[in-house]
Amino acid sequence: MSQSHRTGERPSETDCSSLFSHLAPSDKMLLLLLGIVVLHIAALVLLFVSTIVNAWTTGSTSSSDLWNNCSTTNRGYRCDLANTGVWIQAVQALMILSIIFSFISLFLFFCQLFTLQKGGRFFLTGVFQILASLFVMSGAVIYTVMSPEWVPDSEAFGWAYIMAWVAFPLALISGLIYVILRKRE
Amino acid sequence: LLTQSEAIVIYTGWERHALVGSDIRLSCSFFSWRWTSDDVTFSWSYRPDGARDAISIFHYTGGAPYVDNKGPFRDRLEFVGNPGRRDGSILLKNLDYGDNGTFTCDAKNPPDIVGRASSVRLLVFEKVPIQAGVITGSIIGAVLGLLLLIVVIYYLMRFLVARRVFNLSVRSVPLCLGLGPKPEPIPGLDTCMV
Repeated sequence: MSQSHRTGERPSETDCSSLFSHLAPSDKMLLLLLGIVVLHIAALVLLFVSTIVNAWTTGSTSSSDLWNNCSTTNRGYRCDLANTGVWIQAVQALMILSIIFSFISLFLFFCQLFTLQKGGRFFLTGVFQILASLFVMSGAVIYTVMSPEWVPDSEAFGWAYIMAWVAFPLALISGLIYVILRKRE
Repeated sequence: LLTQSEAIVIYTGWERHALVGSDIRLSCSFFSWRWTSDDVTFSWSYRPDGARDAISIFHYTGGAPYVDNKGPFRDRLEFVGNPGRRDGSILLKNLDYGDNGTFTCDAKNPPDIVGRASSVRLLVFEKVPIQAGVITGSIIGAVLGLLLLIVVIYYLMRFLVARRVFNLSVRSVPLCLGLGPKPEPIPGLDTCMV
């Protein structure tokens, strides 16, 4: 984004650009900021939901996640504590750490927004968000690799597992944007 | 019309977990508005998982306990309660997977005999997940501790470097004012121009 003011409309550009060219640069900055925060919060919500919801693997009668295995048998719906091997606990820890780091990153973003000098980069914010994305990636990778051990072959990966994989690039992109972004006015 | 306050209320646990081969104490006690009678009775019955009927395994009456001597718990059941204190607990020894099921305690305190029996479910595990959460907590703690350490070290370094710079700049001030003997100039450090 250049500092030059756009004095008029450019007919060759798309409707979106001509819409934004009516706005002052400070409004554009505000919109950009809003967009970035929304992206960050979306990644955070995905992380939260993925960690908590019981749908990492689903079968016809059972579903399991990081915390317990639930199944519907003729005795009713029952939940048992998940296999407590080392690896599932590592996945639990990595998912929780990614949530914590994403929170810290959000907090740091608002701190740096008000304390950073002009032209400075949101470097620290970006680093924490990238770390969060790396944590969720390693968690999802470990779960994928170890799942033949825990989950019978008849079961498929559930939507919470897919959410974790979606959260990874979202968080990564969000972190990279922070690292590249420079503070103006 | 009998109100709830005139009925006997029996308390047991809701669910109990145990390891194969271990012992477990199933507790049973009751609340009654009457004094504990000499004719108080406790009865335990057992219904295996999936079975339809329950079998009687313990009965306390007339001041004496009668334990199972023919059924699934023969030689494995012991009475450890205190009827005088309204405690009708039993001890099951050397549990096995076949002991999964529902245990029902029924107590009567004549003349207070109307009440609902209470059931406790027994689940026998191969190994109790004693390590649950330990590794999770330690990984999280280690990473956050490392983060804290890095932050502390960073601020410490900044503080020390700033202090060193401050000390060196203070020492160079008398050179400027010309007060007292001039100390040896420190090599590499700028002395200020008078």
